[in-house]
This record gives sequence, C-alpha cells and structure tokens, in this order.
Amino acid sequence: MNAYATDAHHDADHHGPAPGLMRWVTTTNHKDIGTLYLWFSLIMFFIGGAMALVIRSELFQPGLQIVDPHFFNQMTTLHALVMIFGVVMPAFVGLANWMLPMMVGAPDMALPRMNNWSFWILPFGFAMMLSTLFMEGGGPAAGWTLYPPLSLQSGNALPFVIFSIHMLGVSSIMGAINIIATIMNLRAPGMTYMKMPLFVWTWFITAYLLIAVMPVLAGAVTMLLTDKFFDTSFFSAAGGGDPVMFQHIFWFFGHPEVYILILPAFGLVSEIIPTFSRKRLFGYSSMVYATASIAFLSFIVWAHHMFTVGMPLVGELFFMFTTMLIAVPTGVKVFNWVSTMWRGSLTFETPMLFALGFVVMFTVGGFSGLMLAMTPIDFQYHDTYFVVAHFHYVLVPGAIFGIIGGVYYWLPKWTGNMYDEKLGKWHFWTSTVFVNILFFPMHFVGLAGMPRRIPDYAVQFADFNQIATIGAFGFGFSQILLLIVVVKCIGGGKKATDRVWEGAEGLEWTVASPAPYHTFSPQPLVK
Amino acid sequence: MKKFQRIPGGLVAVLLGLLLWVISFTAAADWTLNLTEGVTEISREVYGMHMMVLWICVVIGIIVFGAMAWSIIHHRKSKGHAPAAFHESMKAEMLWTVVPFVILVAMAIPAAKTLIVMEDTSDAEVTVKVTGHQWKWEYEYLNEGIRFFSNLHADSREAAALHSGIHPASVDNYLLEVDKRLVLPVGKKIRFLLTASDVIHAWWIPAFAVKKDAIPGFINEMWTNIDKEGTYRGQCAELCGRDHGFMPIVVDAVSGSDYDAWVTAELAAAEAAANSADREWSMAELMERGEKVYATSCIACHQADGQGIAGVFPTLVASPVISGDIAAHIDIVLNGKAGTAMQAFGRQLSAADLASVITYERNAWGNDRGDSVQPGAIDQMMK
Repeated sequence: MNAYATDAHHDADHHGPAPGLMRWVTTTNHKDIGTLYLWFSLIMFFIGGAMALVIRSELFQPGLQIVDPHFFNQMTTLHALVMIFGVVMPAFVGLANWMLPMMVGAPDMALPRMNNWSFWILPFGFAMMLSTLFMEGGGPAAGWTLYPPLSLQSGNALPFVIFSIHMLGVSSIMGAINIIATIMNLRAPGMTYMKMPLFVWTWFITAYLLIAVMPVLAGAVTMLLTDKFFDTSFFSAAGGGDPVMFQHIFWFFGHPEVYILILPAFGLVSEIIPTFSRKRLFGYSSMVYATASIAFLSFIVWAHHMFTVGMPLVGELFFMFTTMLIAVPTGVKVFNWVSTMWRGSLTFETPMLFALGFVVMFTVGGFSGLMLAMTPIDFQYHDTYFVVAHFHYVLVPGAIFGIIGGVYYWLPKWTGNMYDEKLGKWHFWTSTVFVNILFFPMHFVGLAGMPRRIPDYAVQFADFNQIATIGAFGFGFSQILLLIVVVKCIGGGKKATDRVWEGAEGLEWTVASPAPYHTFSPQPLVK
Repeated sequence: MKKFQRIPGGLVAVLLGLLLWVISFTAAADWTLNLTEGVTEISREVYGMHMMVLWICVVIGIIVFGAMAWSIIHHRKSKGHAPAAFHESMKAEMLWTVVPFVILVAMAIPAAKTLIVMEDTSDAEVTVKVTGHQWKWEYEYLNEGIRFFSNLHADSREAAALHSGIHPASVDNYLLEVDKRLVLPVGKKIRFLLTASDVIHAWWIPAFAVKKDAIPGFINEMWTNIDKEGTYRGQCAELCGRDHGFMPIVVDAVSGSDYDAWVTAELAAAEAAANSADREWSMAELMERGEKVYATSCIACHQADGQGIAGVFPTLVASPVISGDIAAHIDIVLNGKAGTAMQAFGRQLSAADLASVITYERNAWGNDRGDSVQPGAIDQMMK
C-alpha cells in the first residue's frame, strides 16, 4: 500500500480539527488559518482604532489637553503601522486563505505548513512592535514612513520596530508565495486563468506585488538599522549619503503597497456586486487587464509621495504624468461596476450595501487622488489634512468597507448561519454616516492650511476638527456592531443554504454551509 | 415588496437628525472651506487649476453616481426588475478608456506649464536662505548680511503647554505667531534656499503657494513674487519631531522703501548686540535673561521644570553635565551632541544669550551650583 492511499483513507474517515487549543497552534487547514487571520485582524482593528481615538481626542479642541506631543507622534506612527500591517493586510490574507482554495476548487492551500508559520509570525511581530510603548522613551514617533534623520533620533523603539517589520515582511512574503503556488498549481480541472473569479485574480496580482516590494522595505529599514548602530551613512549627508534616498526606496515599496491594500478589495467588490445585481460582472477581461495595469503603473509613480523634496523638473513631470495615468484603469473599474448594476435586479443585503458604499466613497478618494497627482497643486495639498482625508477615504470606506463586505458575504458560508440582517444594516448605515463626518471635514481643514501630524492647531481649524472627532467616536463604536454580528452569527441563527445568496455564482457556493473542514478532494470539474 | 423594507425603521431618522445637527453646528461658524487664492501670480494659477480639477471631478462624480443612483432606484428586484443578460461591450470599454485619457491630457498641459514656471528660480532680486532647526527657522539674507532665528511666540508656547489652562482663543494668532518675522519686499522676485541642520522640515506659506522640504546636507530652491503688502502665515509641513506643530512661519510683506529701512535698522541692531559681550554681567542679569532664552530655545525638549522626558530628552536637574565642570556644559551647549536633537547653539544664539542660559541652567530648579559664565568668555571661545 502506498503512502497516498493511506492518506486518502485517513482523510475520508475521521480527519476533523484536532480538539482543544492546540488545534489553532498546529493547524495546517486553510479554513482554520483563515479564521485566525481574521480574528487577529479584528483585534488589531480595535487596537489601532483606540490609537486613532487618542489622536482624535487630543485634536478635539486646540491646545494640549490629553497627551504630550511626543506621545501623540507615537500614536500616529503606530496607528498607521497597526492598521496597514495588522488589519488590512492580515484581513485580506485571511479572506484569501478561507476562500481562494474554495473558489478555485482546491482542497487546501498549496503549502499548508508554511501557511501556519506565516500566520503565527504575526502575533509575535506585533507584540514586539507594541512592546515599545512600554519602554523608556516610548514607541516609534517618526511617522510610519520612518524618514531619516528623524527616525534615527528614536530611542530603543527603532530596532524593535525594524525587526518587527522584518517579521511582518517574512510573513507577507510567505503568504504571497502560498497564494501564487495555490493559484498556479491547484486550480480544478477546467478552471482556466480567464475563468478565475475576480477576487482570485486581484489576489494573484497582489501576491506578485508583495513579493516584489516587501524585500525593498526590508532593505530600507535594514539600512536605517546600520546607520543607527553600525556607523554607516546611507542616509546621512555628512557621511556622503542622502536622506532623500530613503524616501525613494521607501516609496518604491510604499506605492505598490498602497495597491496591495486595495486590489483585493476591488476583487471582493467585483464578487459582491454581480451577486446582488443577479447579473454577470460587466467586462470581466477588462477588469483583469485594468488590475494588471494598475499593478504595473504602481511601480513607476512612487515619487508623487515626494513632490516637495526638490526633484528635478523632468522628474516631477514624469511622476505627474504616470500618476495621472492611473486614473484610466481605475476609472474602467468603477465604470464596469456601475455597468454591472445597470439593468440588473438589485437587492440590498449588507454585503451589497458595503460594496456600494465602497464604490462611492472609494471614488471620492480617487478624485482627491487625481487632484494630488497634479504637481503644482500638490505643493498646496502636500502634507496637509487634505492628504489625510484622501488616503483615509481610499483605506477606510475603501479597503476596510471591502473587507467588511466580504466578511458579511461569506459569513453564512463559514458559520452555516445567516447573520442578523437588521444589525448588519445598522452597522452599515452608522459606519457610513460617521465615516463621512470623520473624514470629509478633513478635506476642508487641509485646504484651509492645516498640516498633518500635528498635535495642536490654530483656532480657525477648531470646528472641523471637533466634527471629525465626533465622527471618529461614532465610527469607532459602530464597529462594536460588527463584533456583535459575528459572535451572534457563530452562535446560531437562521440556517444558511448552500448557495446562501440567490444570485451567487462560483464553486464556493457548491459546498455545504458551513463549509466542511475539507472541501474539494477530489477536485470538481469546471466546464 | 416595499422599497425600504429592509432598512431598520428609526435608523434613517436618527442619522438624518445627526447630520442636520452637524450641519447646523457648522453653519454658525466662520471658517475657510477652500484653498486660498493667495497673493502671487503663481498662487492664483494654482488656485485656478485646483478649481478646474475640482469641477471636473464633480461633473464625473455626478455622471457616475447618477448612473448608480438610477440603477439603485429603478433596477431593483423589489420593483420586479428582471436582470438583463449583457456583460460586455467593446464600444463602452473603449469609450471610457479614451475619454478619461483625453481629459487627463487636457489637465496635464496647463499643469506642466505652471510647473515649469514654478521651478525657474533664475533672476531673483532677493535671496533668503532658510534653515530648519528643531524647532525653529533661521533666516539669512545672503546679500544684505542679516541673519536671525524665528521662534514660536512666547504667548503661544505658554498656552500650548499640556494642561496650561490658557485658552488658545485668548492668544492672538495662536501657534501662527513668531518672536521675529521674516520681512520681504513686494513686487520683487525672491529666491529661497532651503536647508536644515538636523532633520527634514518643510517651509510652506499657503498664500504664496510655495512648499518645499528643507533637507540637512542639501539645498533646495524655490521662488515667489508677492503682489500685496500684508502678513502671511504658514507652518512647517514635514514631521520633524516633538514640536513639529510648533514652528510657524510669519512673513511681513512690505513696500520696497520699508524693506530698505528695515534692512538698515537690522544691521544697526546686530552691531549693538555684538557689543553686549564687552561688559561684566551680574548674576541676576544673567539669570533673568537666561530664563527667557531657556523658554524659547530649550524648553521644548528639556521641559519647563528641566526634567526632560525620560528616555527621550535628558533631565537637567542634578544631571552629570550640571554637576560636572562648567567647561563641559559650555561645550555641549555650543557644539551640540551628534546623533541627538541637541543642537549646536553656538551659531544660533548671541554670546550674552549663551552665557545667560548656561548660568540659568546651573542655578535653576534647585541646581544651585552657584557658578556662572560671562558673555565675554563665551565670545572668546566662539572666535
């Protein structure tokens, strides 16, 4: 008897999850690991959110009331690092873990042991990063971009943050390798590339971006480390280096990173809108090509984050033109989503509401992005609250709404129970109203001249800041509804059908709800 | 099925009420919503371009969101709308690739033209070198030989302390006032040379539409030509550490003749200050002046009580430097400490200021070392 046969027999009979807590530590099951990622991300969402509320509380009125400016800077720095590396990225990986194998008809991820490892690195990486808050001198305070020479003035926090970034990078790269290997090798027979669901496509492209740029970030922060502790001068003019070189390297990572944070959300929305429009996605192939174009362009636009560093004129022109060009494929995506809805048969369950909120508010963020792309006017916007408004529009009602929409969309498949639709709608409407109260006024204060990353401001900015803070608390507390909905749904509820949604198409809806511990062995045949 | 059946009853009302409350709360206030038009030709061009792009976005937004809203209202299942079967159209895809591209080209051309003008710093009549320090600006008029520092105004600094109890609204131009303003003539092309001594800062006056980073070890250039006399305010626009929010920029734009008069007066004042090192200063005099200097130049890091911030900025109370020899104390104040935020104050402050502040630090907060240093001695060391 060969090993394969033994395995198959074993699997078919009694291979469920191991009992007890060790199940989560030793698991190699893509569904378990997906669950771990998603819970981790939710916990970090509340931690990063609490930091945002410290920031917004201090900014509620002019003058310093609550925290020292040095601690304020630690909060802005860690809020960003936590939200980017601890919330949005792990949430996407979690969704990918749960859904990619089921969407392409694979029995599991291609590299299950590495999958376990790439998750379990994360809590340790973040424990290291957040431990700096309890050290003398506190956490990193130079902004998540860690620009030298300022970041080199950090105390003990710097090496911890750098090693933590290394760990998160290793985790991301392993996750990305796993996703690529799964997609390339484990698709069900008949599932050609151009038949893959769009969430699979966007993740496929994102995984390549991750592999391309995470090592660049690792290199940049390692150079910071050697500048600080080993007397190198990569970024010090006094030693023949150049502080601006760090910014170039950082944003060569940073701009693709921006798309790493949004492309999977594009995929999620492209799954949700057709389902609730009961109509196929409009322009499937152009959606794929648009995603690939955005990914390609992301490598040649990085210096638009640094228009004010004093680049040569031709550099400024080049980066302005390439950046404006991104509006074309992004526009194609938005137009295709609207065309998918056009003459469909729409219903508005919570996932659809979040997807529609995504399309509208992401587009608002896209508009301000277009404005920022234009160098001469960017000089006025650069490093003001206008920028803060811009990237929060694309990341919160953008990426985060996409993720939440995806969670609502697949929650019945994961738990076997329908979530509480009424609470879900409350969650959507409160989030949407408050997120706009929170971020829309930031456009105004930014245009009126308020710089970002300041703990205190001139009195003429007071009113809008006050409104934004009210919105922040409203938005923050609205997210407790998400937690309630999820816990309630795990606990029970109306039983979900296999297909869950009337208009749902795709392999994941052909398996039972809740999805059995092992799905698709043997693999299905896709026609 | 009814239209809004699934939206919870009271929810819409509650949220609308909230929105109305926010709007009414905001309507009463006097505030700026938009970019300033500014007072230079460039700033007006920038403003015009900003408005153009804004309106293009609004129009596109109306079309896209309008189409979405139309589908949301009319193509819903609850109205019995059956889904259409179409899912691609080469024509439509071409249309919404080409049209946006053309619009972008139309936007890029004027932007490129303006940018080319903005980057042309040739033929300037006045050149000011701007140096960013943690957390103040230094201005040097290269042709006139005037050099001074510009700090946050003491009133703002006092009010901005944590739990100060002073309401910011009671301070004139809270956080946007300095102890010494930059004075510039109107109607002349002014070139700025930007650099920094420690970390990266950015010099920004919204009314001139100029913003550029001040980077240690490098010199950036930009220019402006102010049309209108007046006072214009800006702030540092690149995170530069703890007091990034507390290093404003204030420019007085004056007529050509007023500017010339100001230059003459500045040169005379500089000469008088240079002579202050010639006489013996009393302990009381040194302490009094030292307290003031400390409040502008040292307090941001070492704090009002001299205790610093643990792990970040060292304390001055009974610290090794204070307890040790005065020569080492003078050395660190004059030459700074590499790799930290401690700057070389030797080239920032006058001999009298340096002597006063060192004396003050050694005798304040219960340090009571009793020793002092004279401006004359510092002056000797700086030569």
